[in-house]
Amino acid sequence: MENDILNIRDMSIHYSTPRGTLKALRHVNVSVPKGKIIGVVGESGCGKSTLISAIIRLLAPNANLASGAITFDGKDLFGLSEDEMRGLRGTDISMVFQDPMQTHNPVLTIGRQMTDIQYRDDMTMEQKTKRAVDMLTQVGIPDPAARLNQFPHEFSGGMRQRIAIAMALMARPKLLIADEPTTALDATLEVQIIKRLEELQADIGCSILFISHHLGVIAELCEEVVVMYAGEVVEQGSVREVFHSPQHPYTKALLECDPGHIKEKTRNLPTIPGEIPDLVNIPAGCAFAPRCPRVFDACHTQRPEWTRIKEGQHALCHLAGKEAVQ
Amino acid sequence: MTTLLEVKDVKVRFALGGGFLSSFGLGATSYIEAVAGVSMTIEQGETYGIVGESGSGKTTIARAIGGLHHAQEGSILFNGTELRGLRESEFRPHRKDISMMFQDPIGSLSPRLTIKSLLTEPYKIQGMKDRDLDAEAKRLLGMVGLPADFASRFAYQLSGGQARRVGVARALALDPKLILADEPTAGLDVSVQGELLNLLAGLQDKLGLSMIIITHNLNVVRHITDRMGIMYLGRFVEEGRTDEIFANPQHPYTLALLAANPEPDPDAQLARIELKGEPPSLIQRPSACEFHPRCPFVRDNCSVGDAPIWDTSVADHAHRCHWPGQHSAA
Amino acid sequence: MTDTAIVKTRGEFADVIYHLVRDPLGCTGFVIVLAFVFAALFADFIVPYDPIALNIKERLQGPSLSHLMGTDQLGRDTFSRVLMGSRVALQVALPTIGGAMFIGILLGMIAGFGSRTVDNAIILFFDTIRSFPTVMFALAVVALVGPSLKTVIFVIMMTSIPTYGRVVRTQTLSLRNSEFILAERSLGASVARILGVHILPNVMGPLAVLAAMDIPTVVGLEAGLSFLGMGVKPPTPSWGSILNDGYTLIRNTPWIIVAGGIPLILTTLGFTFLGEALRDVVDPKLRGQK
Repeated sequence: MENDILNIRDMSIHYSTPRGTLKALRHVNVSVPKGKIIGVVGESGCGKSTLISAIIRLLAPNANLASGAITFDGKDLFGLSEDEMRGLRGTDISMVFQDPMQTHNPVLTIGRQMTDIQYRDDMTMEQKTKRAVDMLTQVGIPDPAARLNQFPHEFSGGMRQRIAIAMALMARPKLLIADEPTTALDATLEVQIIKRLEELQADIGCSILFISHHLGVIAELCEEVVVMYAGEVVEQGSVREVFHSPQHPYTKALLECDPGHIKEKTRNLPTIPGEIPDLVNIPAGCAFAPRCPRVFDACHTQRPEWTRIKEGQHALCHLAGKEAVQ
Repeated sequence: MTTLLEVKDVKVRFALGGGFLSSFGLGATSYIEAVAGVSMTIEQGETYGIVGESGSGKTTIARAIGGLHHAQEGSILFNGTELRGLRESEFRPHRKDISMMFQDPIGSLSPRLTIKSLLTEPYKIQGMKDRDLDAEAKRLLGMVGLPADFASRFAYQLSGGQARRVGVARALALDPKLILADEPTAGLDVSVQGELLNLLAGLQDKLGLSMIIITHNLNVVRHITDRMGIMYLGRFVEEGRTDEIFANPQHPYTLALLAANPEPDPDAQLARIELKGEPPSLIQRPSACEFHPRCPFVRDNCSVGDAPIWDTSVADHAHRCHWPGQHSAA
Repeated sequence: MTDTAIVKTRGEFADVIYHLVRDPLGCTGFVIVLAFVFAALFADFIVPYDPIALNIKERLQGPSLSHLMGTDQLGRDTFSRVLMGSRVALQVALPTIGGAMFIGILLGMIAGFGSRTVDNAIILFFDTIRSFPTVMFALAVVALVGPSLKTVIFVIMMTSIPTYGRVVRTQTLSLRNSEFILAERSLGASVARILGVHILPNVMGPLAVLAAMDIPTVVGLEAGLSFLGMGVKPPTPSWGSILNDGYTLIRNTPWIIVAGGIPLILTTLGFTFLGEALRDVVDPKLRGQK
């Protein structure tokens, strides 16, 4: 606990909708240790976006915290005032978004935007500009001093994402939330971004919550991984344990589906049949039961426990730890 | 096997936006060559993969084949007919033989129409008024594994995977000979991606149609295509039988793409190949080998002198590199 | 999604009305607009007095049971004049907005979907019209053909075309390269089909709102032109002429200007509510959320 920069305990977030209460997150536990990169994996509708909004406390107006708490750096996030929370955003917690084409203000130069976000620091304009140049050099933008005078549209997508990373890390945050930062980029540019992120993390020593659907990247970059399904964390553990011996059937199925995993040429690729459940009418018992290949009676009636498998690996499954899910 | 489609040295140019006056034919206009000479042959019942990243021209060549872009040079021979240069009215009869699927599963379905209207649009457009539209909609939904009551829904009510299936069903409506699928797995979750590829493969086996799949993801083409071409700046840098290219990649760009989708194994020894810089602009193409500014294995003669030749000496595996196959991770 | 079963049993039009009436704002707008149209159509039968009959004995009376909105300086019953005035308002508003919308849609879609030359030519036409001051344009036309209600209608219609045309053009431009339009083109759909079946329904939403909000402008313009002697000739009552009469007497008999203003405000609100609700109802996506 003391080693965690971010600790989410038993958090449930519900949205009130015309159709009823949408339980977007249910009893979620996530811990991000200091100085580590934690990956979050899950498919659409798993609650990743709600999780991020909850951490930076920018939830939609119809959302409410039904249970649980978030502790960031020893502070209870939901107990902070709006002013205190705003003080955290952009300094101690910063974010990199999915679409680099929309993260910058199109009518201001990159230099102006990079010096503007240092408004909290008591420095001269020269010092701020120098810091901006330093950051751009670190993320590998060639000729940074000259490029500060350019506008966002003069940079390519890959460059813009690197600038976004530079801006996010300029304040040396304690936690960086990276929301699918490479999804909108080409694969060969993805490699570049991952490398820069790795170097900067080692340099600054911050923690990163890295959200991605790309299992290969998670395996390469992260130490721990959190697997989410339909608003629940179904498994968390070290990347090695989770990827080599997944304890939740969903994790196992997801790994098998990844095309990078399938070595032999086949015209019949593995899939996960069925759809994610409606989060307004969640089935009793385990949310994955309707799609689970290992389902048995108890799965339909009882909610599984968050079970400790071994040091640093937990899973939300009736079978977890009882027998090998393999 | 008979040849269904033969594309020869096709070039597609776009005018760069001029001013107000240029629209009335005054002032100078400059061009970029989005497709700079592409050739390929697709046999009946074959699946062909076009792989490339954004700006490589892969979508443009597909749309040129589908008659949505005008190709300025080359030849597109479909079933013995020259398609290049046809007017819209002359092209229309061929449209039922060539179906296209677009990238955005939901965005490629007209938002104000029900699924039934969407699925039966092809019949209305092609003037097949005698068809029982309700029965056709039901048949098509059945073919792609969707329940018949989807007919009354709207596109926005579907998940990405379901909308994609509707797209497949619509592409099949007119019993086409060739399907052009642009990023058929874009925007889909990994677990649904496999489902869609299986569906396409199954339908192809059953109906014997040919397919062109355009994607940036090499893992997609590997399982489903027979032949493939890898595009960079509007040209193929490597082309041939899929298994041959995977077994024995010759061009460094192919190597980089192959390394870009690693196996999800934390213990794997990753030989990631980091390309330098960004894709160059089509307005100012690099000299000699167009890949040399980004190539991690660049040598002296790559940047000056002649461009590498399109080497077709080995059957079923052509490439465009000064030093084919001689790329060690140095 | 449970609504889909119901949708099938009703027609598209009935479905739109059903959802419209269920929305409180839409319902209010719908009722006001219905009342307005009813008044305009049956004004002859429901007016308590002849709206142009002079009655000097009872001039400038305050509101009473016999004269609900009082009388003007010639002793005419204001309430009857307001009811009759709705007819002029409708006569001007419907053809001007209808005509401007029709031509605007046509030109806007051609500009948005056609080649750049066509687009630039049409934009040039829009900008030319826009650059005429409405009143000067009206004076010129009146000088040519003489004042009449038809002249007013023609002038207002012509000057409103660019408003609709530009909105339609922008929407068409943003839709023409969307994937569902490409998909239609790849099936061999004709330009007419693409514009009529796929683009038109998607531009109608913003247009409905625009048209609703234009109605008060048009009625106001008619009032202004009538005041300048270029529109409806006295003694025919129009809301504009009632406002003008009331304006001169505002210190002594404020009820006349109030009586002329209330229907104008009500129709504006009614059509605006209706337009906003229509936009939501016509879009199946927004309708699903209600």
